Amino acid sequence: MALPNKPKGEIKAIRDPQVEEREVDILIVGGGMAACGTAFEVKKWAGDKKILLCDKAAMERSGAVAQGLSAINTYIGDNTSDDYVRMVRNDLMGIVREDLIFDLGRHVDDSVHLFEEWGLPVWKKTDDNKNLDGKKGQKMGSLKGGAKPVRTGKWQIMINGESYKRIVAEAAKLALGEENILERVFIVELLLDANVENQIAGAVGFSTRENKVYIIKAKTMMVACGGAVNIYQPRSVGEGKGRAWYPVWNAGSTYTMCMKVGAELSMMENRFTPARFKDGYGPVGAWFLLFKAKALNGLGEVYVASDAAKKELESYAPYGTAAITPTCLRNHLMLFEMKAGRGPIIMDTVSALAELGKSMDKKELKHLESEAWEDFLDMTCGQANLWCATDTEPEKKNSEIMPTEPYLLGSHSGCCGLWVSGPNEDWVPASYKWGDKGKIYNRMTTVKGLFTAGDGVGCSGHKFSSGSHAEGRIVAKSMAQYVRDHADFTPTLAQSKDELVDLIYKPVRLYLDNSAYTTDVDINPNYVKPSGMALRLMKATNEYGAGTATYYQTSSKNLEIVMELLSVMREDSEKMAAGDLHELMRVWEIYHRIWTVESHLRHIQFRKETRYPGFYYQANHPQQDDANWFCFVNSKYDPKAATWEVKKEEYVKIIPD
Amino acid sequence: MPSFVIQEKCDGCKGGDKTACMYICPNDLMVLDADAMKAYNQEPDQCWECFSCVKICPSQAIEVRGYSDFVPLGSSVMPMLGTEDIMWTCKFRNGTVKRFKFPVRTTAEGSANAYLDLVGKDLDSGLLSTEEVDGLVLQGPIATV
Repeated sequence: MALPNKPKGEIKAIRDPQVEEREVDILIVGGGMAACGTAFEVKKWAGDKKILLCDKAAMERSGAVAQGLSAINTYIGDNTSDDYVRMVRNDLMGIVREDLIFDLGRHVDDSVHLFEEWGLPVWKKTDDNKNLDGKKGQKMGSLKGGAKPVRTGKWQIMINGESYKRIVAEAAKLALGEENILERVFIVELLLDANVENQIAGAVGFSTRENKVYIIKAKTMMVACGGAVNIYQPRSVGEGKGRAWYPVWNAGSTYTMCMKVGAELSMMENRFTPARFKDGYGPVGAWFLLFKAKALNGLGEVYVASDAAKKELESYAPYGTAAITPTCLRNHLMLFEMKAGRGPIIMDTVSALAELGKSMDKKELKHLESEAWEDFLDMTCGQANLWCATDTEPEKKNSEIMPTEPYLLGSHSGCCGLWVSGPNEDWVPASYKWGDKGKIYNRMTTVKGLFTAGDGVGCSGHKFSSGSHAEGRIVAKSMAQYVRDHADFTPTLAQSKDELVDLIYKPVRLYLDNSAYTTDVDINPNYVKPSGMALRLMKATNEYGAGTATYYQTSSKNLEIVMELLSVMREDSEKMAAGDLHELMRVWEIYHRIWTVESHLRHIQFRKETRYPGFYYQANHPQQDDANWFCFVNSKYDPKAATWEVKKEEYVKIIPD
Repeated sequence: MPSFVIQEKCDGCKGGDKTACMYICPNDLMVLDADAMKAYNQEPDQCWECFSCVKICPSQAIEVRGYSDFVPLGSSVMPMLGTEDIMWTCKFRNGTVKRFKFPVRTTAEGSANAYLDLVGKDLDSGLLSTEEVDGLVLQGPIATV
């Protein structure tokens, strides 16, 4: 976040922005896969209601799928939703919300079928078991019509997904109507109702294109702004900080905004440190699953097959001994090798392609090479460039893999997020269902009228792109119910217009009041620029909060120190300054990141065990402790008292082993 | 610098109200210097190298140079995005060139079926609108504990 030495951005911020006030029934905050699902679905159920969507970017290329994807990782197909729950539960070490996962599983295929109908090319199997790309595969018919997808694992299907987000956003925008969409509007704070306790009433944000603040009242809203990235010092040190594995613009906004109005968070201690091709962070899934490549340690051994590795996994039974090793334990084994001096870890692409080549003719081999490159070009172009720059042809030269810096998310192989209600059905335990006035609202947070989806929903990972879309659609229906049931509710804000403008534009005013004092606007004793604050955050978390610097290990004492640093940072973040609208966006993003990562570490501090070895280690409590910690950890910020409560929440098993 | 703009090729989208790269960048990095009528990347270390600006630029004025902290010089990866396919030209540092073509879409741009006329029937059921149309029945778990 090293902004240049003068405020650039070309759009200078001014002291008194215009103010646009709006009042709608349903507000959608975000524009990624989940929000696109909501946008597609919502008018089918609330066609006569006023609906507005605000996206920080342009929906055509916003969110985690902006760049594209080479696979859809959740498609149930011939599997059952029950087995989907079992897979997710095992990968996340046993503690998940099975109601939410099951509910997602039974709806996700409908979204995938829509994607294909809208024009997303989906690979197909021929009758003689050959793979066809998404264009040629059309002759096999559609998934909905019974055509067979190309599976790389039990749940993933291959696509030609460069334009995945463009296609999904097109349908979303058509369904909702351009007139109901505000792009480049960054919502930064939610507002509670002045009269009804614990009821959402609106949100405020600003345009990154003009000096304008938006104050939006809503009866109900969904917040789906992705996970949190660049909260820890990335392995890259310069320009490459942008090459985050997850989208660099995900700033923890979902968690912070919902937390600040009192919504309960769950499993914020969970994180994801994916093992990816080193530096470029290109995907490894297709290499492991489609090309059957093996990872070697520095001695050239297939270390996962060693007796030591098997023994290590046995100590994490039943998860470690399951047919599919959980993601965190795969990382754990990798770290085990690296710490013992047997690194680096190498993906043996050469042997894998040579092996596959034995049963293929020249044309098929050429196609295979193309598939390997597409895997990168569809979703991590930078990795393709890294291979080019290092003269890496995978059939001739192997590549290193490495676990990344930590990310927080709820849709991939992680499960932090908001504590939300499950569906209103008999098989869902009572402690998993809530709502308002005797009604239950699926995916509602513990704040009335406030919903979330995708990365926002905790305790139910492995939704990925398709599941996030389906979950957004589930939320659309719930919000339609909420609006119908609360027809007599008129949202009222507690704050005045001026107070809200001052809240949003405080960093600009601070800048204008003080920047003339020094010859360099970036160095001023009265404020701090977001670029500096971002680095302070990443240094502290990396050193004390189980970052890459310590092989993801922290301890009670380290946590104590980092929590103190964070609380000072939260104070100092009130003195961040912005000279232009781009910098104002960065201020609010850093603000969101600080609150989110503080909540992450507060949860780690509370959970006195190491539930996810490979993702993080609590040195004072290095083992899993099922007797005391086979439960969720939930936390709640009280907006009135400005205090946190952290507590255990009961896990209920629904689907048998 | 991640994405960079070639001085000679950029025409600032001819002063239109929507500069293509500025419109599309998911991280608000591309901006137009209105005096020079040239775009530039204002915060290169926050570039995800998603190539959205490269793909959308009508003048093919934007390319990507790998991150200076770990990518050697001399390579390039360039897309040409069409309505049905994308063509990639990947140039290695050693001069090797590989070209790939992948489909991106099987329908005409703008034709996604948004089911504009679909009105859901039972708001209290657990079915999504298109599932309701297909006559699906909401499934519960096969077995519970």
